[in-house]
Amino acid sequence: MCLAIPAEVTELLPDEMARVNIDGVGKIISVALIENLKVGDYVILHVGYALTRIDPEEARHTLALLAELGGVAEPAS
Amino acid sequence: MKYVDEYRDGNRARQLAEVIAATAAPDRLYRFMEFCGGHTHAISRYGLEDLLPDNIRMIHGPGCPVCVLPAGRIDMAIALAQRPEVTLCVYGDLMRVPGSQRNSLLRAKAAGADVRMVYSTLDAIAIAEQQPAREVVFFAIGFETTTPPSAMAIRLATEKRLGNFSIFCNHVLTPPAIQAILDGVDLADPDQVALDGFVGPAHVSTVIGTRPYEYFAETFAKPVVIAGFEPLDVMQAILMLVQQVNEDRHQVENQYIRAVNRDGNQRAQAAVAEIFELRAQFEWRGLGLIPHSGLKLKPAYAGFDAECRFEMPELTAADNPACECGTILRGVKKPADCKLFGTVCTPDNPMGSCMVSSEGACAAHWTYGRFRDIQRKAS
Amino acid sequence: MSDKRRKLNLRTGHVDLSHGSGGRAMAHLIADVFHAAFNNEWLARGNDQAAFDVGQGRMVMTTDGYVISPLFFPGGNIGSLAVHGTINDVAMAGARPLYLSASFIIEEGFALAELKQIADAMGAAAREAGVPIVTGDTKVVERGKADGVFISTTGIGALPDGLDLSADKARAGDRVLVSGTLGDHGIAVMSKRANMTFDTDLVSDSAALHGLVAAMVAADGAGIRVMRDPTRGGLAATLNELAQQSGVGFRINEESIPVRPAVAAACELLGLDPLNVANEGKLVAIVAPEAAQGLLAAMRAHPLGQDAVDIGEVIADDHRFVQMTTSFGGGRIVDWLSGEQLPRIC
Repeated sequence: MCLAIPAEVTELLPDEMARVNIDGVGKIISVALIENLKVGDYVILHVGYALTRIDPEEARHTLALLAELGGVAEPAS
Repeated sequence: MKYVDEYRDGNRARQLAEVIAATAAPDRLYRFMEFCGGHTHAISRYGLEDLLPDNIRMIHGPGCPVCVLPAGRIDMAIALAQRPEVTLCVYGDLMRVPGSQRNSLLRAKAAGADVRMVYSTLDAIAIAEQQPAREVVFFAIGFETTTPPSAMAIRLATEKRLGNFSIFCNHVLTPPAIQAILDGVDLADPDQVALDGFVGPAHVSTVIGTRPYEYFAETFAKPVVIAGFEPLDVMQAILMLVQQVNEDRHQVENQYIRAVNRDGNQRAQAAVAEIFELRAQFEWRGLGLIPHSGLKLKPAYAGFDAECRFEMPELTAADNPACECGTILRGVKKPADCKLFGTVCTPDNPMGSCMVSSEGACAAHWTYGRFRDIQRKAS
Repeated sequence: MSDKRRKLNLRTGHVDLSHGSGGRAMAHLIADVFHAAFNNEWLARGNDQAAFDVGQGRMVMTTDGYVISPLFFPGGNIGSLAVHGTINDVAMAGARPLYLSASFIIEEGFALAELKQIADAMGAAAREAGVPIVTGDTKVVERGKADGVFISTTGIGALPDGLDLSADKARAGDRVLVSGTLGDHGIAVMSKRANMTFDTDLVSDSAALHGLVAAMVAADGAGIRVMRDPTRGGLAATLNELAQQSGVGFRINEESIPVRPAVAAACELLGLDPLNVANEGKLVAIVAPEAAQGLLAAMRAHPLGQDAVDIGEVIADDHRFVQMTTSFGGGRIVDWLSGEQLPRIC
């Protein structure tokens, strides 16, 4: 449900709009639903709107946990 | 792609699969429903079922906004598009969804209706500004994720005093659907599916937060793990559910902490609350009428409500009686259990909604999983 | 009666019905736009057909229609696309393309400047490929009866002796080679479509592949079973067609399929699959297993095959499925696209 992807904010524009970059694809989107957005922030983009900001700390935390889980895996016999 | 590729690491997934297999008790069955089509798609596309142990069964839920839209609402949209003064703007997913009599917006467009595919409500607003002489209607569908963009469009149209813009609102809510599934489960009934836990929505939860699920976890004593849509997110969520089941816990846990918190996006919630109110009930394909599960525009915004503006008659259409979309959406049957699957009903010629959206359980199984059925028959 | 030439106004003028009516206006249009752009000895003779010598052996012939929106896209336009696409259809037989024809259906009111840009791009593409456009036709239809301009082209070529590539020749064990990144053309075009626009440096991969094919045929023509250029429907459609024709299945590896990051990103944005997206300068070759290494080396030595890779194999499968091993080690079916490719929200 609800196709949405991470996008990096590259420029804040008037009228609560912003330019974002997704791996070399640029798009102008609405950021009216997000407060205190800064250039360099990553947002979740859905149908032309930023829904939420991605928390880089929490993302790192999840990856660290996944790495830890992988580390304790017994090799399949 | 940052925040995507890291969560698509195949080696990590295999390691995680081993941890899941080691954690799951071999003598019991784990039945988890992934409510969202996004999870269904990830499970199918990445072949996660091949990685999971046999005693973990993933049951596909009704969380695909295209799939749950009843045929009658498509008929209403087609009737609207056929009005000579109307330009109907739609998300691409809706073009091929069958209404009754196998009609669709794509066919209506071929027959001369002015139907335009848009990426965003902002595009629909732009079309209304460019064509002041046309009535521009946006066909709004979707769950809590897609509703704020519709609310923002109404705000924008109000600011711009656009007299020729309206929306045909079909927005629905996730919690009432989960409730309907759980209410419908009668453990004594062999035709009902028993569930041991839910993988909760990713992007819906960015908007509504994790709080709304606490009631289910409590009331129905089922664990819920909110998960991202990348394959590793899903795998990790499954592990968390297995652990909860093993420990006899039923809490709401959040795997998707990088984008979801307990309270959700309050700005988005406020925008929705300002523009929309609950309908007494709304029809879901496969689930029937669910009380307080749909939204409509508040009376103050009736001018932007296509149903009022064009006095649209309410249409209902019966689904093909042989179509099992309903039972499949409830997780009672699997796509391959449907007599129409792969014979009469294919993505090229969909009879039911589950075959239309690539998130639909049937389309996902058709595209990604058919050879497993064959392998099973062969083995 | 003065026979003084009144120059076409190629800067601000428009095509009107007189340009297709067989009169003087049409003669001027053909001379000033098409002959000027294509400029070769056959056209210069002013006949309704072209005469040329035919060598020994077998010929191949192909015909193609071009309708594209928008007409101009990053990396080309409908004109260069028509030349490349037709040359490629000839080349996929292993043949050396010799001559092209071009027929134009133009909508009344179409800007002459744009028509000239299209014709010039065609002429340049044909010259660069060394395949002249030797005969043509022009029709003008009333406003609203065409989308600017439609182009139909025919190409003929000469087949080297002993070569007989065909879609029914794939056998279990054969390797699947692709000449480079997938989806560039489709995404570059899509980035300019109304209501879907996005910014990208991506350009269409539109190119004539006969040089690459010649290099492959020279390296090991006997080792090639069949070649296709995966245009509409992308790699998925091509492999499914070959599976049906040959009565085999495919198993390809997701990790080895080359896709540019920007193409992958645009596909994520719009909910599309790069395997379904069109290419206009890539080829897929099904080759004998013992020929794969040599052919891959020959492809990589050519500028249009630098990124060539082996993406998998032909397998025996009565169901004729195209299977893909995901980067996860799981499996999925790569199906034909159902209907037209539509952007998704879910």
